[in-house]
Amino acid sequence: MSMDFSGTVSKGRKRKRGRSWTLLVPIYIFTLLFVFLPLIYMVYLSFMTKAEVWGFENRFTLENYKKILDPLYLRTFLNSLKLALISTLVNTAVGYPYGYFMAKLEKKKRDIMLLLVMIPFWTSELIRLNGWIIVFRSKGVLNLILEKAGLIDKPLKLLYNYQMVVFGMIYALLPFMILCVYSSVEKMDWKLVEAARDLGGNAAQAFLTVTLPMTMPGLLSGVVLTFIPSMGLFFVADLLGGNKIVLVGNVIQQQLTKGRNLPFAAALSVVLMILTSLFIAAYRRITKTDQLEGLI
Amino acid sequence: MSEDLLVLQHIRKSFGSDDVLKGIDFSVRRGEFVTLLGSSGCGKTTTIRIIAGLEEPDEGRVLLDGKDITKLPPNARSVNTVFQNYALFPNMNVEDNIAYALRLRKVRKPERLKKASEMLELVQLAGFEKRMPDELSGGQRQRIAIARSLVAEPQVLLLDEPLGALDLKLRRQMQLELKRLQKKLGTTFIYITHDQEEAINMSDRIAVMNNGVFEQIGTPDEIYYHPRTSYVANFVGNANIYRGNDGVFAVRTEKVKIGDEPGCVIPAVVKEKSFAGGQLRILVALEDGQELTVSRFGINSELVPGQKTKVGWSAEDAVPVIDDGV
Amino acid sequence: MKSKSRLPGIYLAVVTAISYVPIAVTIIYSFNHSKISSVWEGFSLEWYERLFSDADIFVSLRNSLILSVLVCAVSAVIGTLGALGVKRTNFRLNKVMAYFSSVPIMIPEIILGMVYLALFSFMNLPFGIVTLVIAHASFCIPYIYMMVSGRLFAMDPSIEEAARDLGASPFEVFRDITFPAILPGLLSGLLLSFAMSFDDVVISIFVTGPGFNTLPLKIYTRMKTGVTPEINALATLMILATTILILLSWKLNKTGDKAEEEK
Repeated sequence: MSMDFSGTVSKGRKRKRGRSWTLLVPIYIFTLLFVFLPLIYMVYLSFMTKAEVWGFENRFTLENYKKILDPLYLRTFLNSLKLALISTLVNTAVGYPYGYFMAKLEKKKRDIMLLLVMIPFWTSELIRLNGWIIVFRSKGVLNLILEKAGLIDKPLKLLYNYQMVVFGMIYALLPFMILCVYSSVEKMDWKLVEAARDLGGNAAQAFLTVTLPMTMPGLLSGVVLTFIPSMGLFFVADLLGGNKIVLVGNVIQQQLTKGRNLPFAAALSVVLMILTSLFIAAYRRITKTDQLEGLI
Repeated sequence: MSEDLLVLQHIRKSFGSDDVLKGIDFSVRRGEFVTLLGSSGCGKTTTIRIIAGLEEPDEGRVLLDGKDITKLPPNARSVNTVFQNYALFPNMNVEDNIAYALRLRKVRKPERLKKASEMLELVQLAGFEKRMPDELSGGQRQRIAIARSLVAEPQVLLLDEPLGALDLKLRRQMQLELKRLQKKLGTTFIYITHDQEEAINMSDRIAVMNNGVFEQIGTPDEIYYHPRTSYVANFVGNANIYRGNDGVFAVRTEKVKIGDEPGCVIPAVVKEKSFAGGQLRILVALEDGQELTVSRFGINSELVPGQKTKVGWSAEDAVPVIDDGV
Repeated sequence: MKSKSRLPGIYLAVVTAISYVPIAVTIIYSFNHSKISSVWEGFSLEWYERLFSDADIFVSLRNSLILSVLVCAVSAVIGTLGALGVKRTNFRLNKVMAYFSSVPIMIPEIILGMVYLALFSFMNLPFGIVTLVIAHASFCIPYIYMMVSGRLFAMDPSIEEAARDLGASPFEVFRDITFPAILPGLLSGLLLSFAMSFDDVVISIFVTGPGFNTLPLKIYTRMKTGVTPEINALATLMILATTILILLSWKLNKTGDKAEEEK
């Protein structure tokens, strides 16, 4: 590149090339200050010693990590992982066919379905969970119906158990999966499927060799967008699990608000982050997709 | 005032380690239709991007009407480009596309719309004012792109393979139309193509480019009948390159004699026989391994592949050329 | 191709119906006279009255609106400029930066909450609107960046060059060509950012300060403390607002499609 700064005529051009980097200043500063450094700080904190009341002392320790190996916390991690896996699997099983069928509807019906998916998608998860609480609480709608039907004589305890948390999590995150799958099925070139059928494949073979690989990016983003939040949405466990169901998210929250143990919360976060990254990396390896796709 | 409108002096340009232009000199006269002819990657697009101001040369100067414009940004040059893929603004209708240059010059709306209509008439698309670019066919977009560039009344119009995406019939038609337009307006056109027929049909002069240098600059006749180098002979005239003891010659395929025809002295073996475009083409191999093509119109030769024969040519049909290994 | 099977239709209907149960129940019970029981005790606007006289809710609604608008503004500027900058420069660090800037949407939100709680106490930033804006911007910037960047890289570079070539200054090129091209991406990004910020509980709970309650936080604490029919009324209004907004943006898109279809 020529580096002549003398000529007056070259001003306009130099200005264009020379100033582009300034556009990057805000995002670099923000990312450095509020993403990169905080993550480093989190790792640093996780090796520090808890102070008496609140905060920490600059004393290196592995205590926080050792504490995670305590069966109590280990079980929490396993519980959360199990929950996230179940919720992701069920969401895939329910959401994939939903998005797929939806994309194959005729335009008018498809628009209506899209609208019907959009409304819960854009509605706060809290509000949607509130509806389920009305249904499932001991004096709730479901118990009322069952009682009226004479199937039970005393209200069932439906809320505040693991199953209910799993159900709530699946429900909260299903629209993400549906929309991701839908957008990649909708974009698909159906001629390829026809070609596969034409070459002698049956419907199942055509699906497995053409449709599934082609919609993999959508499925990947769906999995990422359901798996990651389900590891951390503590309020679902809080509202539907009462105090009985404790997930990593709840432990971190409690450590910060009640336990006042910042270093331990940091260590838990580090482990949680490693777990989710490993999961996503593994999933990418298996499905060989790299793109995330389809949010709106 | 000199007759040369645009002058390129010793232009060099490289991208990384890739030397795209290796010091080119070139001048274009006022009102001329000049074609840069070469295969892809020869540097022709980079050359017009430098003229347009979309790239800055590493070395050398660009003079327009005697003024150095080398470092002027594209918006400050009286040079406009018709891009290969047309580059119509997708968010504007045809009328706004065409009038864009005038809008930038703060020409008032009624006036610039009137001018846009005139331009549409010029490119024979009157009535298309309100269409959007994605509602047009390839040929129509092409014309709109040309109208949009001409509305600014540039001193030089650069056309980067403007007909590349069109089918053969439309290409022929557009070639004539472009030539007509250029004659009518008297604007200097610098045209890029890799199609030698197009170049020969349209240009006042052709500059044959290869590997970042000009192999030859001249009128279509000069280029066709008197190629300077073996590359030009082969690329433009589809001529055979014969490397003999007394030098390297270009011999056009229809001038090569074969079989019983008088003057055949060089032994050869027929390798292939084919018909293309109403022509019989015979590929022969000489004893030293060189291959030559012989073409004839409408003659059904009895030669068959594998058969031994002789070839030759008359001295005036062998044009001595500089060998650049093609 | 026509599929004869009715199974897909039934499947879609059943799953959709189930997912609308809580929404329907919320709306119905917002009009129920009874406070605790699920038995229908008559139509009543009592909970709406109570909601409208609840100053707390209104303050937190206002807070949430202010917060989301600020977050959108900050994220739009940082994300859009960033996408433009990355397109126009070729620093090797850009890739690293883009990766890190997307980390906040690739990890569970609770980690962000924890990290920001620690960071802001370390920086001695007063917890409140400022900390909320920073924390929310961290997960909105990547959405806007990705959507604008997607538009920019899908754009034919010769279109900007053509404008330059026809005499447009760099600013005019941006105004007439680049901005219209990225606008749809920017708007989708903004919509998503607004919704994410407006609904966020997990991160807000850690970085908000005393005296600055957002609407979701308010709803969350009320839900935790017990049965609160006025939340049903609030939820009904929010669902209504969401639906209207979706229909509006739908209409806008539709008219855009129509213009495109009229070929």
